[in-house]
Amino acid sequence: MAKKMHIKLKVNGKEEEFLAEPRELLIYTLRERLNITGPHIGCETSHCGACTVTINGKSVKSCTMFVAQADGADITTIEGIGAAGNLHPLQEAFKEHHGLQCGYCTPGMITRAAKLLEEIPSPTEEQIRFGMAGNICRCTGYQNIVKSIQAAAAQMNAAREAAE
Amino acid sequence: MKDEISRDDRVANLKGMGCSRKRVEDARFTQGKGNYVDDIKLDGMLFGDFVRSPYAHARVTNIDTSAALKVPGVLAVLTAADLAPLGLHWMPTLAGDKQMVLADGKVLFQGQEVAFVVAVDRYAAADGIDAVVVDYEELPVIVDPFESQQSDVVLREDLVALDGSIPPGAHGPRKHHNHIFTWSAGDKDPTLEVIANAEVVAEASMYYHRTHPCPLETCGCVASMDKVNGKLTLWGTFQAPHAIRTVVSLISGIEEHNIRVISPDIGGGFGNKVGAYSGYVCSVVASIVTGKPVKWIEDRMDNLMTTAFARDYHMTGKIAATPEGRITGLWCHVTADHGAFDACADPSKFPAGFMNICTGSYDIPTAFLEVDGVYTNKAPGGVSYRCSFRVTEAVYFIERMIEVLAIKLNMDAAELRRINFIRKEQFPYKAALGWEYDSGDYHTAWDKALATVDYAGLRAEQAQRVADFKAGKTRKIMGIGLSFFTEIVGAGPVKNCDILGLGMFDSCEIRIHPTGSAIARLGTISQGQGHATTFAQILASEIGLPADSITIEEGDTDTAPYGLGTYGSRSTPVAGAATAMAGRKIRAKAQMIAAWLLEVHDNDVEFDVDRFVVKGSPERFKTMKEIAFAAYNQAIPGLEPGLEAVSYYDPPNMTYPFGAYVCVMDIDVDTGVTEIRRFYALDDCGTRINPMIIEGQVHGGLTEALAVALGQEIAYDKMGNVKTGTLMDFFLPTAWEVPNYETDFTVTPSPHHPIGAKGVGESPHVGGVPCFSNAVQDAFRPFGNIHTNMPHDHWRIWQMANKLGLHG
Ligand code: FES
Ligand code: FES
Repeated sequence: MAKKMHIKLKVNGKEEEFLAEPRELLIYTLRERLNITGPHIGCETSHCGACTVTINGKSVKSCTMFVAQADGADITTIEGIGAAGNLHPLQEAFKEHHGLQCGYCTPGMITRAAKLLEEIPSPTEEQIRFGMAGNICRCTGYQNIVKSIQAAAAQMNAAREAAE
Repeated sequence: MKDEISRDDRVANLKGMGCSRKRVEDARFTQGKGNYVDDIKLDGMLFGDFVRSPYAHARVTNIDTSAALKVPGVLAVLTAADLAPLGLHWMPTLAGDKQMVLADGKVLFQGQEVAFVVAVDRYAAADGIDAVVVDYEELPVIVDPFESQQSDVVLREDLVALDGSIPPGAHGPRKHHNHIFTWSAGDKDPTLEVIANAEVVAEASMYYHRTHPCPLETCGCVASMDKVNGKLTLWGTFQAPHAIRTVVSLISGIEEHNIRVISPDIGGGFGNKVGAYSGYVCSVVASIVTGKPVKWIEDRMDNLMTTAFARDYHMTGKIAATPEGRITGLWCHVTADHGAFDACADPSKFPAGFMNICTGSYDIPTAFLEVDGVYTNKAPGGVSYRCSFRVTEAVYFIERMIEVLAIKLNMDAAELRRINFIRKEQFPYKAALGWEYDSGDYHTAWDKALATVDYAGLRAEQAQRVADFKAGKTRKIMGIGLSFFTEIVGAGPVKNCDILGLGMFDSCEIRIHPTGSAIARLGTISQGQGHATTFAQILASEIGLPADSITIEEGDTDTAPYGLGTYGSRSTPVAGAATAMAGRKIRAKAQMIAAWLLEVHDNDVEFDVDRFVVKGSPERFKTMKEIAFAAYNQAIPGLEPGLEAVSYYDPPNMTYPFGAYVCVMDIDVDTGVTEIRRFYALDDCGTRINPMIIEGQVHGGLTEALAVALGQEIAYDKMGNVKTGTLMDFFLPTAWEVPNYETDFTVTPSPHHPIGAKGVGESPHVGGVPCFSNAVQDAFRPFGNIHTNMPHDHWRIWQMANKLGLHG
């Protein structure tokens, strides 16, 4: 067994500090060590996006990153995006527009979509489809996911305008 | 008493059948608060994983676990030798065969389970797997079912008698040591005669390739044997939790009341999670051996390589017709590659599933079907990937045969379908291969579909495109894909459908609480279909309490009534019917309570939305809420207190949803790239419970159809190596590849279902695959294409174009 490394992370605003083997994958750290089970495992090869989290402002597939590579990082998972009483507009929109079925892809999908809407606040359908192509859904056929993201974007933009 | 709200508002408040009620499941899922099997954590839980065979066919001469047992964190390594004393080294399959749980002297497919390493976590288990030393002696590999039936190589020595003879299998005599069964339906000689004497006969051979349901969540379980009270709890991704409990009891000897099976949230199933897998058995044994809970979760490669392939049907057909296009006979032979063990998930009496629905939506007077099942060195499975027991294969077959016949007759394929459809007045229609179709109105659906897409206009555009292509003005050709399908779902009548002897009924139990809310438990289990939402809607309409006040619970065998689970689109046809029937029992008792409260005779009150009213005096009524309370606080002469009901529903027949699909596709002949310009899907699933959810099911099913038709496959090389074991090679469409779909409907209620519903989850997959494939093939029809096998990925389409001389 390799020597353990000292890791510090900030996950959903909370500081975490622990010793981990260098081979420990970030998704494992989140799910098993920190008990954050929103991000899921669908492939462990960077294809499906079920494990998507935001690391230092970028969408990252946590199944193909060692936790050691994330040392010092600021990480947001679905649990940090919005919770009961204070939902993210995407969480509302996915429910409203039937953007999910089994729900397994949903945490990764919403986490990625939240980032996408920061990158492009008013995306075209094409930009949404391209920007979400790293996240696979086996249930919905994407049409209602696209609709949900469009609805959330419209709502967020309206709220922004109203605030200005 | 006067009403403050209108009747319409009372109906709306129920959120009953027919409304697009938002899903109650979504709050949890959108916040990452689902509870899938891999989210389950128990004190001291261990993790098990498999040593798997790198070879497709080999003798296992030795397994040395000593080094693995020294790896830090490894607690145990199970092999067949450890399971044999318990009789658990083999297990029965759903198809009447048996299957090795762990390699017993040999391996028969790549990825086969050889040993089970139990460790404190995944990393330690992986280290343990690395340290297990297995000696293999390679044997000749057979991946072709035709070669298999000629070969001297014996795949299943356990199925050959000592004197070398071949004993019969679960489905009758076997012709060769690698042959499993021959199954037939229809009339052989009359069909051959019709074909021999027909003026027009079209023929085609087609291979419906092997693929995989590949839900986003793989299979897995957690087994926890409590040695103190002797109870086993098994959580897992089970599409049929009650059947799993019975199977576990039968093979382990643990009494059924001491087993509790729980299906938590399931991340998609599509047929993958129907079967019983080695991982379940090994986890249970490992929990008994170690006294700790044991979790097993497949990785994606394990999933694609070992659990639950679908299709792999080699189909040959002959279709006879008059010169005017009236079909007179159909003959079909299938060579079915079942892999190393016959583990197909079909009702016991149907080793080829419902392949005998292959006369499709057409009035074909004479037909014959014969299926030969064959062993090869491929993974076992044969599940119904988003379809009802081989209906996908059947519909693909007939929808291709129609196209091939249209080419032979030089006829328009839409017109050929129209003149052969079963007519509305022929229902109930007895098909030549045995099924009785309950209801349908195909012409109306077809005309609506063709009119909506302006079919004539599309054909004119296509003719122009062909002319332009030939004139060198474009390199893109255009295809119009048509399909008309009839599904057969809702297995099914106990008289002809069972799995391991368990009749395929389903069930619902309802308890009304004193304050007018309710819980209903069912024998099914949702994997994304939204049962918690839709079954509450059925009940709301039946018992007059708001859907929002009804909790639906499934998947816990200690609390839910026995049922056969969710697959083959059977939840709505079977459990949905049970729900309505149980609701009606509630209503019958409520009627008596209402009558007593209103001091009138039982027959003098009638149900109205959310209440019973005195006939002719609508101002005298008792709401269901009031009745519920009365059931618990009034001593009503002759009536037991409480308001509960249970119904076990054995459907009198299957249901037969149908639909008409049209796909318009542009194809670049130089790159093979396909572009879906339009996809129109009309579904008739009878009574519609929740239009939003139906539409979602159609989008999803079409996308899985697109995948299968245009690229998704489980491919093997000659050595039996799986070439498509990761999502890099196994095609799952992303948002980028998927078009927007137009959905539409007609409503032809099922005459025998209590609410007229037929089920929809699988229709779009069944009808979608031939539609996408027909679009590709239709584009090449003007250039001489008759039939080309799927999957139509870019490379294969380029090859089609090349073969037809379109590259100059
Ligand atoms: S699990 Fe990380 S991309 Fe699939
Ligand atoms: S909702 Fe099931 S995978 Fe997306």
